[in-house]
Amino acid sequence: MTVTWQTIADAVSLGGIYALMAVGIGLVFGVLRLVNFAYGQLIMAGAFALALASQWNWPLWAGILLCFAVVLALSEAMDQLVFRPLRGQTPAVMLVATFAVAFLLQSIALLWFGALGKIATSVSSLNTPWVIGGVDIRKISVVAVLVTLACLFALQLLLVRTSVGLHMRAAAMDFTTSRLLGVRANRVIGSAVLVSGFFAAVVAILLTVQFPLVTPSFALQDTIVVLAGVVLGGLNRPVPATLGGFTIGFASGFLGGALPTNQSQYLDSFLFAAVILVLLVRPNGLFTRHGGSAERL
Amino acid sequence: MTLTLDALHVRYGAVDAVRGLSLEVKPGEIVGLIGPNGAGKSSTLHAIMGAAPVAGGRITLDGRPLRGRRSEDVARAGVALVPEGRRIFAELTVEENLRLGLAARRKAGGAEEAFERAFTLFPVIRDFRRRQAGGLSGGQQQQLAIARALVAEPDVLLLDEPSLGLAPRIVDVVFDALAAIRASGLAVLLVEQRAQRTVALADRSHVLSNGELRLTLGPEDAGDTEKLVGAYFA
Repeated sequence: MTVTWQTIADAVSLGGIYALMAVGIGLVFGVLRLVNFAYGQLIMAGAFALALASQWNWPLWAGILLCFAVVLALSEAMDQLVFRPLRGQTPAVMLVATFAVAFLLQSIALLWFGALGKIATSVSSLNTPWVIGGVDIRKISVVAVLVTLACLFALQLLLVRTSVGLHMRAAAMDFTTSRLLGVRANRVIGSAVLVSGFFAAVVAILLTVQFPLVTPSFALQDTIVVLAGVVLGGLNRPVPATLGGFTIGFASGFLGGALPTNQSQYLDSFLFAAVILVLLVRPNGLFTRHGGSAERL
Repeated sequence: MTLTLDALHVRYGAVDAVRGLSLEVKPGEIVGLIGPNGAGKSSTLHAIMGAAPVAGGRITLDGRPLRGRRSEDVARAGVALVPEGRRIFAELTVEENLRLGLAARRKAGGAEEAFERAFTLFPVIRDFRRRQAGGLSGGQQQQLAIARALVAEPDVLLLDEPSLGLAPRIVDVVFDALAAIRASGLAVLLVEQRAQRTVALADRSHVLSNGELRLTLGPEDAGDTEKLVGAYFA
């Protein structure tokens, strides 16, 4: 096992990216009790937007703008066409529906762009290193961590300081009572889906820097790992979901970087085995308090 | 505003929870809804809030139909519910719970004044403003639930068993508050298990049994235990 500072930096930045994905998935789960399996395809669509922008030689800002536009438009379409009509259905129906959306988007990408994929080069300048205290750290590692922190901080402000944030938190705790108090279901769900989409676009940008080859299965495996992380942390609260996402991202990045190649191919098996173990020991997740909200008479 | 139910019918699958209930609650009135468990009292409130399947009849607010509207729209039309079991958001602070009540407010501004009025009614809530609501006692949570409904400044207040599980001293606080709320001009529909107290407080009390209105009592009947008991077993 070889551990370098770059390995740790990579692990921290992957942890940050996974934390953003976990929060994105957790936000929608909070208000809809729906695990959006198609979340990875939103990221994939954003990555293709970046790849097309670099193919067309668009300036960086235009590529980023296109990425946000594509991901947010797709999120909104998902909400309008899938989530809203199916909202009263059982969780199983909704989960299967998001599987369908995931494979639909992946197939469309396959038809339009082919299996070989495209290269997104727009932000690749971030792959060059900074020398910090005699240690080489790739810029993207630092940028990813800073962007993650900024996004999580902004989300926290939204959730705590604004009324729509308060409504989102309340809806995640008790949707029925929230609606009885006048909280508008569609507005809350729409907001959660959009914020979740915003995070997906940010993740698309950060991931394409490290993995510039964008294929139709881009971010698919990451999504599955993050889903495990979200379950690990506890699904319906932003902070545990963040910690869960970060933990699994850090573990994945650290082991992937530190283990020799002939062992790191088993990495995902180890990760999922660890997740199963955690769920057996702590079914409510690693980072949830239990019994904290008991009602008193 | 006047809340009117006209031949309301609520049906869960094959079970008729409410059969042809008609009643009216005018501003400045408390109407009691009493009766044994499973009589259809809570179902009536849920039906008004758009949260129970209405199979027939009319629900109107000053003549405007409420039936078929979503819960949040009923709340925004000026009908507030204090749900059974209080349904406080335990992990939010007391103040955040109150801010949630603002979701149904129809006018912009004036929220601070609405908070102040709620604090005047229930001073204990002001003292615990910054605390987690889950840490409050049951009686305090009930006061918070009523305050949360009031900050929306509704025209109609529905209460589902507000005295359930409370100590007698707190029951007095709640019933006194209800009298004050009536005096401020709201129309109050009160579902309760404490029949005698409800009959004594309310302008009219309807006894519901098996989903049907059996009897209507006035405050003068509160001392008539035989009549009360008789109504339950009618």
